[in-house]
Amino acid sequence: MRRIISILMENEPGALSRVIGLFSQRGYNIDSLSVAPTEDTTLSRLTLTTYGDDLKIEQITKHLNKLIEVVKLVDLTEGAHIERELMLIKVKATGAQRAEVKRSVDIFRGQIVDVTSTVYTIQLTGATDKLDAFIGAIGEAQVLEVVRSGVSGISRGEKVLSL
Amino acid sequence: MHSDFEVATVEMLSGAEMVVRALQDEGVEYIFGYPGGSVLHIYDALFQQESVNHILVRHEQAATHAADGYARATGKPGVVMVTSGPGATNAITGLATAFMDSIPMVVLSGQVRSDWIGDDAFQETDMIGVSRPVVKHSFMVRDAKDIPEIMKKAFYIATTGRPGPVLVDIPKDQTAPNVKHPYEYPKKVKMRSYAPVSRGHSGQIRKAVEELMKAKRPVIYAGGGVVQGEGSELLTKLAHRLNFPVTNTLMGLGGFPGTDPQNVGMLGMHGTYEANMTMHNSDVILAVGARLDDRVTNNVKKFCPGAKIIHIDIDPATISKNIMAHIPIVGPVDQVLEEMLVALDEHGGEPDQKALERWWEEIAGWRKIHGMRFETNEDGPMKPQQVVQALYKATKGDAYVTSDVGQHQMFAAQYYQYDKPRRWINSGGLGTMGFGLPAAMGVQFAFPDATVACVTGEGSIQMNIQELSTCLQYGLPVKIININNQALGMVRQWQDMQYGGRHSQSYMESLPDFVALAEAYGHVGMKITRFEDLEGAMDEAFALKDRLVFMDIYVDPTEHVYPMQIADGSMRDMWLSKTERT
Repeated sequence: MRRIISILMENEPGALSRVIGLFSQRGYNIDSLSVAPTEDTTLSRLTLTTYGDDLKIEQITKHLNKLIEVVKLVDLTEGAHIERELMLIKVKATGAQRAEVKRSVDIFRGQIVDVTSTVYTIQLTGATDKLDAFIGAIGEAQVLEVVRSGVSGISRGEKVLSL
Repeated sequence: MHSDFEVATVEMLSGAEMVVRALQDEGVEYIFGYPGGSVLHIYDALFQQESVNHILVRHEQAATHAADGYARATGKPGVVMVTSGPGATNAITGLATAFMDSIPMVVLSGQVRSDWIGDDAFQETDMIGVSRPVVKHSFMVRDAKDIPEIMKKAFYIATTGRPGPVLVDIPKDQTAPNVKHPYEYPKKVKMRSYAPVSRGHSGQIRKAVEELMKAKRPVIYAGGGVVQGEGSELLTKLAHRLNFPVTNTLMGLGGFPGTDPQNVGMLGMHGTYEANMTMHNSDVILAVGARLDDRVTNNVKKFCPGAKIIHIDIDPATISKNIMAHIPIVGPVDQVLEEMLVALDEHGGEPDQKALERWWEEIAGWRKIHGMRFETNEDGPMKPQQVVQALYKATKGDAYVTSDVGQHQMFAAQYYQYDKPRRWINSGGLGTMGFGLPAAMGVQFAFPDATVACVTGEGSIQMNIQELSTCLQYGLPVKIININNQALGMVRQWQDMQYGGRHSQSYMESLPDFVALAEAYGHVGMKITRFEDLEGAMDEAFALKDRLVFMDIYVDPTEHVYPMQIADGSMRDMWLSKTERT
């Protein structure tokens, strides 16, 4: 099962490499990863997506918690949550294609952020499957370049992950 | 002298002086190390004081094992200093050894100056990166002012929770002798991201007691955590109170007295028949400070099919990692056991005596069918087991025994009965050949008057034999019991059993004359080839209280370690000799 694990950790050199190292060292997979400092600059927020059954995820969270720099973590997929990913994508846009692509962008509520005579650069946010669906709708043959931020997530309601 | 004015004196120290001062403030007696370019400032500061004794080894790997042996024997953290580059990388095996067995250790490694890091400078290695998977934590000193705090944290992290090695990487410029900083050693550490569990869950402990009361075929399975976590006395009390059988892991030997009638012996791959049978047929397993690792469980799918598992461990990640625990209890072994004894009193009940009686009868039957035994040769070479038995006799069971890795390690675990914790010192998790001699050095430094024996083989001893020179320098009267079967015995055993007897690279050709070698290093050497000479030679060797004696003892090269669990089977599936299996 796909899980989104959100981690608050010390914003220190080397901390990220310990998280990444743990995954490769114990044979766990990281599907996506995003990390940046929080409003408290001594802390970083790291969100990663991984796959595994309950037992495996339990081991992953226990081992993450053992890392000295990890302050707190939550498996967002355990409760109601919001997840978003940002995608920047360059697609071929010539002839009839131009209007077709534009329509798809509108349907997916994306924005065209840069234009040349043959290429659109599109920005799109949403859950991972929405971004996958957009690429499907455009057709992979049209796609020139894809940049995805990795998943970020937050709990719904009043629940917060903070100190 | 009394003064009317209180003058606040903040000491001004260089980074190097701060490192040494921090060691003093931690009460460090010994630091095992080897100097080099990046740590010269620190060595100069060490030279100018007397309370921290530096022990000069002959290879950095030995420094880590010596510190490790010191830590295992005393419970105090072992301390190491190495230089950057090769000095640091040579310490990796020792870090990994300590990490696998949860041994508290602080390793200080020199680093090239801060502004050269990343330039592929002379003797530069990314030690933080290289060591990452084999340390509990690591620090790099980025500002000399942080040294007191980093040192305090390093010792705190190494010794609390599940202990482990901590590395402190120190660039040379941060120890410069002319740059002084105010020094004040922190009294306490507070880390928002590190809070080891200090108490087990009371509700879980009571639940466990209920389960123990209901048990008809219980067993206590005690691991290294009992030794490391100072839980031996409490565990012994609990076991006696309940009259349950106890089995120790390789790391747990001595955690429950080896000669106690309730002890069914070591369990696992080379465990006793009765220990493995007791485990397999049990209905409740009380696992204390043990990892349920692959050398114990055999095939996890066939592991103890009828057993409910109560698992006490300080590390939550150990619980339900390999085998699902029915009642997990996360906490320090000593505290949990203490509370368990109280909970037993409060419960007021007693275990089912009738069922226990039947259970003990069954166990006695297994002991009778196949207690530990081996065939002796009338005229042929002596057996390695006989050597360990003779060692037990000569030392009256009261030595510190370190070992290397292989057949001799298993024989020393099976045939020497350890009645006290911290007496059996071996690399159980990583299985590091070359561990035994330097570990024995560390033990001998901790207890100068104690009898310290290193049980080794002609393969393992050669992996750190240079330390004979260190032993001479410091007058360490370690007794080396070299069980010489002229082969890499455990490799050969597997090749006999699983590779059609094809002894690929397991034969040691051109062995040195160990007696001459020991003498060349200034020690006493003995060669023993006949069983009838063994006992006399042992007595002679151990009578030489202030000399290192290297006993080169020739044994039967064809001997195997039994019992041996059959791969992918359950705990009860064992070879009992070359021809019998369960």
